[in-house]
Amino acid sequence: TEVEETLKRIQSHKGVIGTMVVNAEGIPIRTTLDNSTTVQYAGLLHQLTMKARSTVRDIDPQNDLTFLRIRSKKHEIMVAPDKEYLLIVIQNPCE
Amino acid sequence: MPPKQTRRQSISVGRGTKKREEDSGTEVGEGTEDWIQSKAAVRPPDQLELTDAELKEEFTRILTANNPHAPQNIVRYSFKEGTYKPIGFVDQLAVHFTQVGNLIPKDSDEGRRQHYREELTAGSQDSAKVVISETENLEEDEEPKELEAEAGSQVDETAAGIPEKVTEESVETMQPKERKLTNKFNFSERASQTLNNRLRDRECQMEPPPRTNFSATANQWEIYDAYVEELEKQEKTKEKEKAKMPVAKKTGKMAMRKLTSMESQSDDITKVSQAAKIVERMVNQNTYDDIAQDFKYYEDAADEYRDQEGTLLPLWKFQNDKAKRLAVTALCWNPKYRDLFAVGHGSYDFMKQSRGMLLLYSMKNPSFPEYIFSSDSGIMCLDIHVDHPYLVVVGHYDGNVAIYNLKKPQSQPSFRSTAKSGKHTDPVWQVKWQKDDMDQNLNFFSVSSDGRIVSWTLVKSELVHTDVIKLKVEGSTTEVSEGLQLYTVGCGTAFDFHKEIDYLFLVGTEEGKIYKCSKSYSSQFLDTYDAHNMAVDAVSWNPYHTKVFMSCSSDWTVKIWDHTIKTPMFIYDLNSAVGDVAWAPYSSTVFAAVTTDGKAHVFDLAVNKYEAICNQPVVARKKNKITHVQFNPIHPIIIVGDDRGHVTCLKLSPNLRKMPKEKKGQEVQKGPAVEIAKLDKLLNLVREVKTKT
Repeated sequence: TEVEETLKRIQSHKGVIGTMVVNAEGIPIRTTLDNSTTVQYAGLLHQLTMKARSTVRDIDPQNDLTFLRIRSKKHEIMVAPDKEYLLIVIQNPCE
Repeated sequence: MPPKQTRRQSISVGRGTKKREEDSGTEVGEGTEDWIQSKAAVRPPDQLELTDAELKEEFTRILTANNPHAPQNIVRYSFKEGTYKPIGFVDQLAVHFTQVGNLIPKDSDEGRRQHYREELTAGSQDSAKVVISETENLEEDEEPKELEAEAGSQVDETAAGIPEKVTEESVETMQPKERKLTNKFNFSERASQTLNNRLRDRECQMEPPPRTNFSATANQWEIYDAYVEELEKQEKTKEKEKAKMPVAKKTGKMAMRKLTSMESQSDDITKVSQAAKIVERMVNQNTYDDIAQDFKYYEDAADEYRDQEGTLLPLWKFQNDKAKRLAVTALCWNPKYRDLFAVGHGSYDFMKQSRGMLLLYSMKNPSFPEYIFSSDSGIMCLDIHVDHPYLVVVGHYDGNVAIYNLKKPQSQPSFRSTAKSGKHTDPVWQVKWQKDDMDQNLNFFSVSSDGRIVSWTLVKSELVHTDVIKLKVEGSTTEVSEGLQLYTVGCGTAFDFHKEIDYLFLVGTEEGKIYKCSKSYSSQFLDTYDAHNMAVDAVSWNPYHTKVFMSCSSDWTVKIWDHTIKTPMFIYDLNSAVGDVAWAPYSSTVFAAVTTDGKAHVFDLAVNKYEAICNQPVVARKKNKITHVQFNPIHPIIIVGDDRGHVTCLKLSPNLRKMPKEKKGQEVQKGPAVEIAKLDKLLNLVREVKTKT
């Protein structure tokens, strides 16, 4: 499907280390990384996204979180929350 | 023999001595003689052998009052001095026997209490004993409790001689009675207990009400969400009330059920599509971060030093595998979403005609188009509707026109012309949306090599065509017999509609002529310009100045006209066939032209009337021809398409975007009036020159 293609494209993009799809409870549904890493990322980022979304909406309830980027020394973690799902991509922007 | 005898004697006598020792305990006086005698006679075998001298030795024994078991030197640790210190006096008291007595002094509290008690009991006994002759049984019951079985034992023992006892006792009661002491040996107590009923527990428990744990947070946004949901529900109920059709409701419900079941079956992944799109853009933004930064913020500082010249900074490059071998035949920016542009792919080569593609890219995602449509025939031109930015009209090489609706994700066009509905017989070179007609129907024009300019109207989802003008080549009408007038039909290759005068438009033809036409006159042109020696590739009205338009051609020239004057105002020779020319949206004097040798030329008439202020090869390989160019309405960028299917995005350096300078004391006037005035000034100069010559 189109979404599958998009995810494939993202994965094959320059510098992308891994992608994963996490559901509303923090359980990973689809991933390109190994299990332990996935579970770790899923749990931690799920909580962080919830907190971020809560923050944004507390300030203005009509607002909502579009995406979350965490840039670290080694790479960048990008989280795009959806109504029921969470899409996480880890990319190394500089290479 | 004698030792044996002595042994026997010793043994027996030993026993005997033991016996006698025991006996001596009881018979002290009588057994002493025997004991002394036996002592003299018998010698135990293990007795010490002592000499007489030793026997006679006197041993003194002293009796002291010291306790032989008491320690002689007791040492206690003194914490004050931190050493062990001997205690001087050691207690010599030795206790041999202790017994706790139970004698209480008479005068003490306890003694007095006991005495009082005895008096009480004696008093009660008196009263009891008086009645004893009559109520024996009662006493048996009562008295054991009162007198603690004293009387009971009396009664038990002396049951037979009761009357005698009574008299004795009555006599006794005259004297203060002494309580009889109970002794351990013949005292007995009798008690009885009734049977205790067994206790029973009866309980009844009901089933506990079902419980669940519920937890939730109450944030401001949760409250807001709840209110919004409530509002939506209310609105839905209102809608349902309005549509009161029971049958419709049933079908609605069925449809709903179907929908829900379908949704649950469908792949969960599809719901991530929105998020996936966002993430893809983010990933691209990261990869092309420097380009994005350049796009937004980079201003070529060298322009300060370069007098009047500017540069084009290459930004993104858009290409797609599917469109690799197809040339870019059309470019159009979306009027509403300024980062979205449409690219039409096809082929200019007459011999190699294959399929066509329509791709829509967003600058936010340079690696993949947002929308892809493919068609059987090459796309030659396209236009996006101003009011409905999701409608794209496309003209094909086979003469068909089609409308794509971006809102619907089909790969097929929503509406298509057919041979029946009056498609062109030659490639459609340009299409343009018009304002909606009086019936609010969508309306567009197309021009084609078959010489027809057709107006298409979308009436109830069908394309209806109206021939507006047939391009007749002037001077070619020949009279044939029978009154027929044959005329050669010109091939229209480009057209442009005036921004303000609605009915006025220009058509460029393959013969090199430009006709000024009106929508209302179908047979005659308002004016004709002998523009070029070869086919006119593009015509374009100036966005600010109502009189000026521009044309370019494969004869290497770009010409700028005033539509009232038959000769061009400015002519530029660019050394190579000019593919496309476009006015800049921000200035009336700036325009860009692209040539087949891969160069882009930017002119600013206010700065330099004769030369380009920027002349830059844009495409990598020299064999790559640039086919189209378009300015972005708001950003200082242009997109350039080439015949390999690549679209390059370039940023205009500041010199190319010069605004009129501030004059001292005057405010900078912005707006179309200024632009018009600017161009007018230039034109006047040219006109003056012309009039002079």
